[in-house]
Formats: sequence, C-alpha cells, structure tokens
Amino acid sequence: MAKILIIGEHDGKTLNPSTHKCVTCATGIPGAEITVLLLGADTAAVAAQAAAIQGVNEVVRVDRPENAHPLAATFAPQVAAVASGYTHLFGPSTSFGKDLTPRVAALLGVPQVSDLMAVEGAHRFRRPIYAGNAILTVEADPARLLVATVRVASFAAAPTGGSAAIVSRTLNVALPTHTRYVGAHTGSTDRPDLQTAKRVVSGGRALASADNFKILFALADKIGAAVGASRAAVDAGYAPNELQVGQTGKIIAPEVYLAFGISGAIQHLTGIKDARTIVAVNKDPEAPIFEVADVGLVADLFQVVPEMTRLLGG
Amino acid sequence: MKKIMVCIKRVVDYNVRVRVKPDETGVMLEGVKMSVNPFDEIALEEALRIKERGTNAEVVAVSIGVADTQQQLRTALAMGADRAILVQTEQPVEPLTAAQTLLAVAKKESPDLILLGKQAIDDDANQTAQMLAALWDRPQATYVSKLAIDGAKATATREVDAGLETIEIDLPAVISVDLRLNEPRYVKLPDIMKAKKKPLDVIGLDSLGVAASTWLKPVKTAAPPQRQKGILVKDVAELVDVLKKKGLL
Ligand SMILES: Cc1cc2nc3c(=O)[nH]c(=O)nc-3n(C[C@H](O)[C@H](O)[C@H](O)COP(=O)(O)OP(=O)(O)OC[C@H]3O[C@@H](n4cnc5c(N)ncnc54)[C@H](O)[C@@H]3O)c2cc1C
Ligand SMILES: Cc1cc2nc3c(=O)[nH]c(=O)nc-3n(C[C@H](O)[C@H](O)[C@H](O)COP(=O)(O)OP(=O)(O)OC[C@H]3O[C@@H](n4cnc5c(N)ncnc54)[C@H](O)[C@@H]3O)c2cc1C
Repeated sequence: MAKILIIGEHDGKTLNPSTHKCVTCATGIPGAEITVLLLGADTAAVAAQAAAIQGVNEVVRVDRPENAHPLAATFAPQVAAVASGYTHLFGPSTSFGKDLTPRVAALLGVPQVSDLMAVEGAHRFRRPIYAGNAILTVEADPARLLVATVRVASFAAAPTGGSAAIVSRTLNVALPTHTRYVGAHTGSTDRPDLQTAKRVVSGGRALASADNFKILFALADKIGAAVGASRAAVDAGYAPNELQVGQTGKIIAPEVYLAFGISGAIQHLTGIKDARTIVAVNKDPEAPIFEVADVGLVADLFQVVPEMTRLLGG
Repeated sequence: MKKIMVCIKRVVDYNVRVRVKPDETGVMLEGVKMSVNPFDEIALEEALRIKERGTNAEVVAVSIGVADTQQQLRTALAMGADRAILVQTEQPVEPLTAAQTLLAVAKKESPDLILLGKQAIDDDANQTAQMLAALWDRPQATYVSKLAIDGAKATATREVDAGLETIEIDLPAVISVDLRLNEPRYVKLPDIMKAKKKPLDVIGLDSLGVAASTWLKPVKTAAPPQRQKGILVKDVAELVDVLKKKGLL
C-alpha cells in the first residue's frame, strides 16, 4: 500500500488546481491512500475544497498565524514533521511547490524526483530532461520516502464530488524567523489563468512594444483566452514575467495555443509540448515553430490579429 | 559582506539540440559543446556587481564535476571571480549530493551569501539551492529577479507564478537566480589571460567526507513523442474556419 501526502497549494480562499492534478498523479500509484496537507493562517475554506476532490482520503489542516504566507523556510519543517509515516510526498511543480519541496526533501535527507510526467510504478516515473528533448525513466529506492514534484501540465484535474475527513493538527515545531514576507505584486486576474486556460494567445519579440501587445489582449478577450509571451517579449518589457511560457517560464497544456511572432526556440517549445493544438502565425516560412504547429499561417501578425478579432466579432 | 560563493555547473551549451542515444542509455554528449549553465553566469554576474558596488567581497566559484570542468571555472575566473574550487568526481551527482558537497565547502569558506542558478538546463531539477539552504539551516530566496543587500539583511524580489513576491532574509543566505536579474558581462581577451594566473584548487569529493547517494537510478532515456506535421492555411478566413471546425473557437 502507498500512503501519499500531497502538499496542497492555495491562497487562503481557493485551492489551486495544481492540487487536483497532484491527486490524479497519485491515484496512478497502486493502492494509493491520499492525504492532502494544508498549511495556512485559516484553511477552513480550502480544506472543504480539498475534501471534495475524488480520491482524497483525508485532509490535514495546520493553521497558525506564521503560515499566512507560503515561505519555504517556515513551511518545510512543518511538512517534514507530518511526512513521517508516509511512503510518498508530492508537491506541485509550480513556483510554490518547486520552492518548498526540495527543502523538505533535504530536511528528511532524501532525494527528490522533479517534474513527474507519468507514473510507471510506485517508485518508477518518467520525467523530462534537457528542456524536454529527452524523457528519463527513473527508479527511486523503495526503502525511502519518495519526494517528488508533479508536472501539472501532464495530468488532468481530479474531479470533485468526494467527501474526505478533515482533521486539524497542532505541530510542535520551532519556526525560523530569518525569512520574512514583505509583499506581492500580481497581475490583474480578470483573464483566465495561464496555467489552466483552455485557450492561450501568445506573443513574441515581433510585437515590438508593450503597446502593440494590446492587440493580443483584445483577441484573447474576444475568445476567452489567457495571454502568454516568449522570453524575448518579457525581457524586452512588452509583457510581465508571469506570462512567460517555456523551460524557465510556465509549462502549459491548453486545448489551443496561438503563437504570434514567436520563432519556436526549444526553450519556448518545452512549455507548449502538451498543447492539444498549436497554431503559429509568423512571417518567416522557415521559422522552427512551423515544425510543431498543427495549423500554420505565413503572414504579418499586425494584419492577422486585428482581422481575426474582427472576424470573431459580434 | 566579506565573501560570496557562486556555484557553477558545467552543462551542454543551450544552443545544442540534444539527442538521445539509439540504445536509450542516455543522451549523446561526445564532442558536444559544454558551457557554464546560463543561470550560473547570472549568479556570478550578481556576485561581481555586489563586489564592485564597494563591498569588495571575495568571489569564490565552486563546481562539482569532471576534470574538464576546469574550463568552465576558468571562464568564471575570466568573468571576474577571485578564485575557484573544483570538487572533482567522474560520477554524475544527484542534487542532494551536490547540496551536501556545497555545504561541506560552505562550512570551510563561511560565505555571507551563496548564489546559484534556479535550475541547471540539463537535468532541470531545480533543487540544489533549496536543499543547500535546508542543510545549512539558512534562509533561501529562489527565482530572484532583484536583489538588494543592506548590512546583514537582503531584500529579494522573486518571480512566482502569480507575478512578483518580495521577501526579506537575514544573511548568510542562499539565493537562486532567475533570468531577469541581470545581463552577464562579456569576457574580454586580457581577462582570459589574467584568469590563467588565478588560483583554482582541485579537491576530491571523498576528501570532503560526502558519500554520493545513488538512490535514483536512470532506467532509460527516450526521445520525446514527435508531433505530427500540421497544415498551412492561406489566410485569416481559412484559419478561423479550420479552428471553428475543430471546435476550438
Ligand atoms: C537558459 C535559457 C532559458 C530560456 N527560457 C525560455 C523560456 O522559458 N521561454 C522562452 O520563450 N524562451 C526562453 N529562452 C529564450 C529562447 O532561446 C528564445 O530566445 C526566445 O524564445 C525567442 O523569443 P521570440 O520567439 O519571441 O523571438 P525571436 O526568436 O526573435 O522570434 C521572433 C519571430 O517573430 C517573427 N516575426 C517578426 N515580425 C513579425 C510579424 N510582423 N508578423 C509575424 N511574425 C513576425 C520572426 O520571423 C521570428 O520568427 C531561454 C533561453 C535560455 C538561454
Ligand atoms: C537519475 C539521474 C541520472 C543522471 N544521469 C546523469 C548523466 O547521465 N550524466 C550526467 O552528467 N549527470 C547525470 N545526472 C546528474 C544530473 O545531471 C545533475 O547533475 C544533478 O541531478 C543536479 O541537478 P541539476 O543540475 O538539474 O540541479 P539544479 O538544482 O537544477 O541546479 C541548480 C543550480 O545548482 C548548482 N549546481 C547544481 N549542480 C552543481 C554542480 N555539480 N556543481 C556546482 N554547482 C551545481 C548550480 O548553480 C545550478 O544552477 C543524473 C542525475 C540523476 C538524478
């Protein structure tokens, strides 16, 4: 039997879908018994959401004021304290999980497998390496707690409708004070979230200014899409950093990805390999993006984007 | 700020299109160009800027790797590191082993700051900095795109999924750097000549008392599934039409 502890991700109000995806990954392990761990200042609301995920057996809440912001240095000793008695510890491969999970693994003296994309057995997994140019099958020592992050783009969200037990725990763990939260600067949230959106409209260096990027936002709003960007566009200041897609940005799996003026560098393609349909608009017929695009159009984006927006109008 | 340690990993150059060996035992690395992990160049650049801003901190570049990793450490010295340490091993090291090794070096060197890349572009593990911070029992600031040092404290802006987050940490601390922290300088020829005279110590992994763990066994390395070649459409009207037929718009 496998006892799996999943570190739930949330903002105090809403459970992040990355948690539902970790549950799907965990249910692939034979005999999985799944616990979701929630740390926060008040996790009552998100605990109810976690308890409703099908496949979850138990939700453990650890509420204390120090947990108001997810600082790895504060969370890690608490997660480590809960983890004993489990065979697997999973965190999502989001900025939250990637920051926290290795710190927990090191506290427990065990290695971590990053970015699980497929489960082949209780201790055997596949993960991408070299920006997704190779897929490594790796086997971990079954005698030790297995710590891993789950590549969220590889798994569908587990459905809701379950009703797991919720328990609150008080941990006798001393917390460090050497790391303090100061503040956050987050983008507007009225558009769909890039990581879970069904449709993504994305722009590259060709957009040439932050002002021009607005034509993509107009198209995105018309079709209910999230907006993404290449690194070149973000570096140049045309789009904020949280929109970057790729090896070092977000790895996404929308139903359709529309790339405008993006050349298709391997580091960018890593981020969109799991998109169901890739659409590329580029004025260079030799652009590498056309090698992976399902639908391509060789044309000037400054003509295509407004025309598309108009055709879809109404 | 007296000393900054920067971790440098030797990786396949980011321009190389890596291919899997036909027998699936790994990727083809023979004759492939090797470089300093791009994130580590950014880490080193940041260390040099902190030094040049008047702290005059000593910058020590540390790498764990094969004998040829001396090349990447020479690059680091040419960029401006004061000295370098190679912990030599012919075996690939897991991130936990890398972190334990870097900890052993840190205990000898007592740096005020350790800078690493947020991920190495070969294994993409994104673990070493966090593990090192845990083992050292010090703060971590990962994915940093802005860093300000103020006495015994640092303020770090981190790139997170929702945007940017700012935290304050006490030194000594571990920092992992993101792409937008800075743009690394180019190395000039005279610097390469000067770098040849800078100290580069080579020590064995076993001399640090670290037992390399082999708890993760690579079973096979396969090529990723290829996407099928798509279609080209002639104009916007056809594009919209195709996407509507596929039920995507
Ligand atoms: C360590 C490392 C990590 C990286 N991580 C990432 C990452 O996470 N994500 C990422 O995206 N990149 C990443 N990169 C950068 C990557 O290598 C490329 O440099 C980047 O993706 C290029 O962005 P781009 O396609 O927008 O720009 P370009 O490569 O400059 O392409 C612009 C394209 O626009 C086309 N074009 C120009 N004008 C028009 C027009 N009017 N209409 C239509 N088409 C037009 C051109 O033909 C060209 O193909 C990384 C690089 C490194 C070294
Ligand atoms: C199953 C498995 C199979 C492997 N097979 C191979 C193989 O065939 N060939 C091979 O060469 N390696 C192999 N490795 C080792 C692997 O490539 C990495 O060296 C190791 O996992 C560290 O991961 P990373 O570099 O992605 O760490 P990350 O955590 O992504 O690295 C982040 C940062 O840590 C620092 N850092 C990491 N490693 C070092 C280092 N050695 N020296 C100095 N600083 C460092 C750098 O600043 C780097 O930017 C294997 C590892 C595993 C787990």
